[in-house]
Amino acid sequence: MEVIALVKHDCETCATLAPALEAAAIAGAPVRMVSQSNEAETRAFAERVGLTTVPELDEGLALSERLDPEAVPAVVLLDGDEEQDRVEGLHRARLEALFAAAGATLPRDGLPEIKPGCTSITQEPEVAARLAAKRARAAGRIRARELDLGALEDPFEALHQRGLTDGLPVVPPTPERVVALLEHTRRDPQDLVGVVPPYGGEATVEKVAINAVMAGCAGPELPIVLAAVEAACREAFALHGLIATTHPAGPLVIVSGPYADEAGMNARGNALGQGNRANSTIGRALQLVARNVGGGRPGVEDRAAHGQPGKVGAAFAERLEDSPFDGLAQDRGVPADETGITLVAAEAPRLLLDQLAREPEGLCASLATALESIAHPKQRLAWDGLVVLGPEHGRIFREAGWDRARVRDRLFALTTSPAGDIVRGAGGSPEGVEERFVSDPDMPVAKFAAPDRILLAYAGGDAGLFSMVYGSWAAGEIGSAPQSASVEPWR
Amino acid sequence: MNDGLVILDPTAERDEATGRPLAAALPAGTGARIALLDIRKPRGDVFLDEIERLLRERGHEVQRTAKPTFTKPAPADLRREIAEHCDAVIEALAD
Repeated sequence: MEVIALVKHDCETCATLAPALEAAAIAGAPVRMVSQSNEAETRAFAERVGLTTVPELDEGLALSERLDPEAVPAVVLLDGDEEQDRVEGLHRARLEALFAAAGATLPRDGLPEIKPGCTSITQEPEVAARLAAKRARAAGRIRARELDLGALEDPFEALHQRGLTDGLPVVPPTPERVVALLEHTRRDPQDLVGVVPPYGGEATVEKVAINAVMAGCAGPELPIVLAAVEAACREAFALHGLIATTHPAGPLVIVSGPYADEAGMNARGNALGQGNRANSTIGRALQLVARNVGGGRPGVEDRAAHGQPGKVGAAFAERLEDSPFDGLAQDRGVPADETGITLVAAEAPRLLLDQLAREPEGLCASLATALESIAHPKQRLAWDGLVVLGPEHGRIFREAGWDRARVRDRLFALTTSPAGDIVRGAGGSPEGVEERFVSDPDMPVAKFAAPDRILLAYAGGDAGLFSMVYGSWAAGEIGSAPQSASVEPWR
Repeated sequence: MNDGLVILDPTAERDEATGRPLAAALPAGTGARIALLDIRKPRGDVFLDEIERLLRERGHEVQRTAKPTFTKPAPADLRREIAEHCDAVIEALAD
């Protein structure tokens, strides 16, 4: 039988009990007083409370972690490794019984009958995080190589210098932060999420979490980031080409469903802009995975002629509570009761203003002008379109009872032009369809390969008769096809 | 006293991610077998026709190949075929 008594230097209940514990030990009780504090603090504590010997230290808090008390003093009776009894705080009668069970006596002189203990150092957030990280490493949950930044290095500068950022400061991915973030998924940190182009780096849940920490994710965004990485690594999304192309498109994450709100995303005013942590960090985390795990660096593998601001990271949520349609991800196969993402290879968005639109037919005619201009008004069949309807435009379709299919069909019809208008040289511009393909200048030629190549989403603030229109990168089988995925498997 | 900071490596921890070694240069002279890979961009064939003419003038063998689409990496079978039959490959980027 052995009695372990955990104490810490700044606990007054420990100070009250410590002399009695030492007296019991001198009288032959099998008791070890073990301090959670550091050596200097423990020495000062011993002097202050009048101990003749300095209590031993709990190196690395190993014993505290194993016994895992909520409060100290924590007096634990052990038979070998087996715990027989425990008293946390000072409860004289229970401590006397514990010592009696160990065949010893606790001197009761001056001890109060009862005095609550203090929080164990292992419960303090910083220490708890450090211990959790240590446990995760020991259990093999965390396997990433550790990089030591020197005492004289500024971590933010060091991360830039090592080529691990997108040009903005990143949050240093300490083991503590990564392990805390991993609490937001049930998935094993070593599960493979995807193989990331261009160099085929393996994105495990752990590697995604490291990059999500760097991007600034608070935590609940992680399942959305994981779903986005999985979707981005599918062959049909063609991330390799999207990284390597001279075109400005980058991945855009659209989140549809209730988890968007739980993750803190914004679907309303300024949804496509700055100011919301989840929106800002989800797309950024995906881009950091592409850079760090995939190895695609701007100006090296990424050959974009201009790029665009959304390549720092682009994500927004759909405003489903008053949408004229179901969610975009749900329309594309994610079950109605699940939250889903849709990943699109998108240009920067542009505004389509129609402040006079009051009925769906006219609004479609206006939206078609923006869709037709994607890449070039005379370019055909190679591009997808994405319209993010603002609420004041969406209301026009909702009140008229137009569903997604009807809007899409109408936009498809209105983006059809006579071949003579889109032939090379027409209107003075050299771009367009080759003349040998135009036998009849009146023959209608569609802008898009099919109506469902026009994606419709719904987001934005209450006021403003605006919608936002995105062009795609080279689309469909010859390029990048939008990908939808449920977030549920990653929660 | 600041003890420094430990962070976790966000990369795939592969050397390839920071660059691959260059292949050895072809020996000087004639007779190399060179693949010309059309990535299927408009007018890539015009560029490759000219390269083919110049290579043949210098006494090299030329094999014309093409990717199915410029947006995706060359399929593994095509890469293997080029590696087996040719000493070098020239990829055409054009627009």
